[in-house]
Amino acid sequence: MTQQVLNAIFIGSIYALFAVGYTLVFGVLDVLNLAHSAVFMLGAVVTYSLVALHGMPFLPAAIIAILVCGLLGLLIEFVALRPLRRRNAPPISALISTIGLALIFVAIVEQATSGSLFSWLWQDGANSVRFPTGTVPNPTYHVAGLTIEGTKLGILIISVVLMLVLGYVIRFTQVGRALRAVAENRRAATLLGINVDRIFASTLFVSSALGGLAGLLFGLALSDISPYIGRDQVELKGLAVIVLGGMGSIPGAVLGGYLLGLIEVFAFVRFGSNIEAGVAFAALFLVLVLRPQGLFGARLRERL
Amino acid sequence: MDFFIQLFTDPVGFYNQHELLIAQIGINAILAISIFVTFYSGQLTLANAGFMAIGAYTTVIMSLYLPTPLPLNILVGALLAGAIGFLVGLPVLRLRGVFLAIATIGFVEALRLGVILNVPITGEGQGLKNPSADPLGGIVPILISVPIMTYLVWRLTHTRLGQAWAAIREDELAASSNGINVPVYKMVAFIISAVVAGYAGALETHINFFVDPTEYSVTRTIQILTFAVVGGTTNVIGPIVGAVFLTALPEIVRQFAAYRDVVNGVILILVIIFRPQGIVGRGGLAIIAPRWWTHWRTRERAAAAH
Repeated sequence: MTQQVLNAIFIGSIYALFAVGYTLVFGVLDVLNLAHSAVFMLGAVVTYSLVALHGMPFLPAAIIAILVCGLLGLLIEFVALRPLRRRNAPPISALISTIGLALIFVAIVEQATSGSLFSWLWQDGANSVRFPTGTVPNPTYHVAGLTIEGTKLGILIISVVLMLVLGYVIRFTQVGRALRAVAENRRAATLLGINVDRIFASTLFVSSALGGLAGLLFGLALSDISPYIGRDQVELKGLAVIVLGGMGSIPGAVLGGYLLGLIEVFAFVRFGSNIEAGVAFAALFLVLVLRPQGLFGARLRERL
Repeated sequence: MDFFIQLFTDPVGFYNQHELLIAQIGINAILAISIFVTFYSGQLTLANAGFMAIGAYTTVIMSLYLPTPLPLNILVGALLAGAIGFLVGLPVLRLRGVFLAIATIGFVEALRLGVILNVPITGEGQGLKNPSADPLGGIVPILISVPIMTYLVWRLTHTRLGQAWAAIREDELAASSNGINVPVYKMVAFIISAVVAGYAGALETHINFFVDPTEYSVTRTIQILTFAVVGGTTNVIGPIVGAVFLTALPEIVRQFAAYRDVVNGVILILVIIFRPQGIVGRGGLAIIAPRWWTHWRTRERAAAAH
């Protein structure tokens, strides 16, 4: 059971890392960025293609992939969000335009086979691949009867450190204050001389970079990289996480991520693997119906 | 291009050759009607795929185990979807906007992953074989249903009910202060949408020999949503045009068939940015001009004036 809890914490930190980016955009822009899961997938895919197809060492490949994902965030902002904001479209329109981008991203990877237009990015079509063995050293530790894999431990540390850094930036720096001001009231922030468009762009950049990082860590630890990992593994679970934690709340998303990891592992132990998949959505549904502000959120604005 | 030439020169041959496509267009048109009803009342619900699943599984399970005639099975499937729609709607319809969308997504996935994949009678992950399927005969009720349902919903939007929906969509607070019972009207829209989706699901099983649980995921709902968005939701014709257009598109441009999702995504973004009211919507053929375009035009005019 302790081993299971350990697994829960590990998968929870990937959920949390993914959901932090999701919820950051929702909190600041009031938009549900459904292309986030496609960026997650591309984080894994770009790293894989740099390592396996272009023979790069893992670390620089990962850094490039994270930057690429950040740039994709800017693409989302400029193509799918900014034109709609210019004419004050309802938030639902942005939801739909990001769905459009997600469709495009996934379809490009899914159709890429060797010899096709995007073969430099991906050659395995809809198949699932894994990093070549030995890409990252993976020592295994045995502590008090528990098995701890080095990569999983590393992932846990990386995600916790990053989330702490993000929390610090948002809480205590000038950029973070500007960000919170924009989230609170866009118009007042503009009047105070904050460049709102720039805040939005940097939010998307950071959020997508985190999403891409979560994706490549997922691909590394679960040895599963395919065009569908975003859509099937985290898109809707990420929604469940940010709803559990309260939409737009970053600490909520972190706690929600770990909580979902625990719920899933518990359901798996108690009821078996078939139920496990449905549990996240049952939890999502129940929380929305019974406590729409999320388990940890007290703030509930009129958008509900 | 051959596609269109054949459509006009040889309609019978066209029909025989593309029967499955036509059936699929019909099913998608019914689904588009289903999402139109909730859209028209101002709610973004994404539960349609779940109700399809209920209709489909009910129909097939009944025809496997009971001696009842097929029309009755389809009817029961649709009505059961409506009943479940009522139960789901009770808690869910208090939510609005994005939260309503997320809650209904939760319902679809909880139903598929939590219930359908775990109840032995649905065949779990393997799906169900449907021995009574009849792909060629099944197309007839579909083709009959589409115009009838279109007409009914068209009429419905011009009754008091439809006007109440429009009022709720435009301003819920104002509607409620004018004595419109908002929760009831929203619930009626949700149930009608559920029944129509269940009916489409039930009809669809009749043209396929197999009920596959992966069909009824959120991906399907998103597809239905794109019909409504691309077609426009000012009136019931919009979503149907969207459904016909997007279903037939991969056939029309065969060379892009592999990249159909890329094409769909591009169309979706272009429509939502430049023509938010959809293909069929108010404003004739007007599109929203992007900023650089107006900039460019004024600069050119200023240059001409000099």
